[in-house]
Amino acid sequence: MKISVGHLYPEYLNIYADRGNIAVLSRRAEWRGHTLEVQAIGMGDAVAAGAHDLLYVGGGQDREQALVSRDIAGKGEALRQAVEAGAAVLAVCGGYQLLGHFYRDRSGAELPGAGVLPLHTVAGDRRMIGDVLLECELEPGDRRTIAGFENHAGRTILEDGAEPLGRVVAGFGNDGESGFEGCRAGRVVGTYLHGPLLPRNPWLADWLLAQAIAHRTGAPAIFEPLGDALEDEAHRVAAARARSRGGRGAR
Amino acid sequence: MRPRLPLAAGVAAARAAGRLSRLAGAGGGTTIPGKLLNVLDPSAVGRLASQLPQGSAIVSATNGKTTTAAMVAEILSPQLRLAHNSAGANLLSGVASTLLSANGADLGLFEVDEAALPDVAGRLRPRALCLGNLFRDQLDRYGELELVAERWRRLVGDLDPDAWVVANADDPQVGDLARDRKGVHFGVDDPRHGSSGLQHAADSKWCVRCGTPYEYAAAYVGHLGDYRCPACGHARPPLDLSARAIELDGLNSVSFDLVDEHGSMRVRLPLPGLYNVYNALAAAALAGVLGASREEIRSGLERFSAAFGRFERIPVGERSLLLLLIKNPAGANEVVRTLVAGGTPSLAVIALNDAIADGRDVSWIWDVDFEPLFERLDRVVATGERAAELALRCKYSGFAEDRIEVMPDLDAALDRGLELTPAGGELCVLPTYTAMLRLRGIVAERGYVKPYWERAA
Repeated sequence: MKISVGHLYPEYLNIYADRGNIAVLSRRAEWRGHTLEVQAIGMGDAVAAGAHDLLYVGGGQDREQALVSRDIAGKGEALRQAVEAGAAVLAVCGGYQLLGHFYRDRSGAELPGAGVLPLHTVAGDRRMIGDVLLECELEPGDRRTIAGFENHAGRTILEDGAEPLGRVVAGFGNDGESGFEGCRAGRVVGTYLHGPLLPRNPWLADWLLAQAIAHRTGAPAIFEPLGDALEDEAHRVAAARARSRGGRGAR
Repeated sequence: MRPRLPLAAGVAAARAAGRLSRLAGAGGGTTIPGKLLNVLDPSAVGRLASQLPQGSAIVSATNGKTTTAAMVAEILSPQLRLAHNSAGANLLSGVASTLLSANGADLGLFEVDEAALPDVAGRLRPRALCLGNLFRDQLDRYGELELVAERWRRLVGDLDPDAWVVANADDPQVGDLARDRKGVHFGVDDPRHGSSGLQHAADSKWCVRCGTPYEYAAAYVGHLGDYRCPACGHARPPLDLSARAIELDGLNSVSFDLVDEHGSMRVRLPLPGLYNVYNALAAAALAGVLGASREEIRSGLERFSAAFGRFERIPVGERSLLLLLIKNPAGANEVVRTLVAGGTPSLAVIALNDAIADGRDVSWIWDVDFEPLFERLDRVVATGERAAELALRCKYSGFAEDRIEVMPDLDAALDRGLELTPAGGELCVLPTYTAMLRLRGIVAERGYVKPYWERAA
């Protein structure tokens, strides 16, 4: 089956090896007999209704993020419609912030966001940098861990009713205080974790692919497991790093 | 307030600490004496530097500062006694340690970490500052590229107006720093070796003045090239010193015409790769403002052998190692490009550590264009603390998993690589910084190479 991915602003938001995430989605789809078709959605491009099963937004430096901010705000309506129609979304770091309502910088000025996720971000004084380990439960009863790396000065505040992606086991998370990281709303996942995220957390890649297929066919795909010995080892090492040297959020 | 220690007392105590560090087997003592000196007497670096009869010169860049400074040393050393931190200890502590052992030196020559540069330059008050390039590197440690560039801009503004700034005109962020002051702009002028598109990892793609994407008449290495903003006209400054008619000779050497207002001369550099042309240009420009003649520059560059770990060949019994340091996407891309152009080997050992000096965030390996190398290799030995992560980088590029060997232990991986290399052959090893130091240590323990602090002497 063809799975269509819309990659938002690949020219601007690609700082933390975002193409690693795309490579993992692409290979793991291919190993199950599916084909991932990735289309760039750039500045001024329309987000066509129903065209994408999965949307991806990566991270950028402050300058790049400011450059795309107005454009993504203009795409907000189309992105919200795509999500309502069941498209899956993965947004990492800067992309995660951009999916919220706004980003307020140190001077108090606000950069608009897409308003896809019920959250906003405020520039903080200290950067939160380090390895992170999360515990999460995307499907009821199915507890998993996510290991990654965070590097952000923005403190993301989840608004009323927002569900975090996971609980911080080690690291800072959204704001260094709440003990939570990321945001999850249906098939939409936003997170500060890069590393890149998916190579060492292949179950999450499979979950996203299953959601993308569900958007296309109406039913989540059931995948045969793959040989993930290398992935598991990389996860184990990254998780140990987070436990030994990840930042500490107050809990 | 603490009474100020006489300079001599702090110096004596710090020198003793260096000897103790070496005796204790803790390495070369290249940073410990300096750390101690800076604690005992924070003003000592400035005072020691002011005693150098010909002052100091500084080289900074994301990539190539060790090689560039070593080239300058090769050019100047027949004429001058140098205080040079050639072992790569490039923070304030390393500079201080070098000054402590600088008996009778004429000139200080320091490579300085790009983040430490403002502080170190403020203390040294250099007569010449060479700025090579700014690439995305260790975002967990340095912060975003723009922040480093902004600190450099302020630093240049604070320099003595008589100090020379030697800047790479081909880097949009860096080239601007030598405008409107006593400066030299160097760059590459050979569009045959450029492309009109930027690599994946290109950093400074947008005009530093107005934010519009640059147009490149030629992009040579990452975002280094002949750029022009189609909106506001911000463009590469005119070149005072350039390389033309560049001929790459595989993994052995590169030749080029070194051109300035006095004319052109052919230089054969015994190091491969376009990125080493940039290092040679930076070294030639800096040596020139420090008083070297054209002939001294040419012969110094032609005598040059690799700086440690950077395209360094080490004989190991009947085989040899070729060490190619990788530390960020731009630098690693050039290593890959040079290896591929020189005829790729069938095997590579790639070593990924994640200590502070390597960058704790290993995501950068996914931004390196390893694919041209992977497509040609038969086998990869992945090693270092994050060997599994590296193996995933191979696997998801389409490299068959059964041709990837994961051996986190560097000793074992080196043995495996040598075992797979036929007698008389060369083993290519691509390590990150601390892995490179450890590998050199292993080879030294086996008696094949001098420890880095002896080689530096």
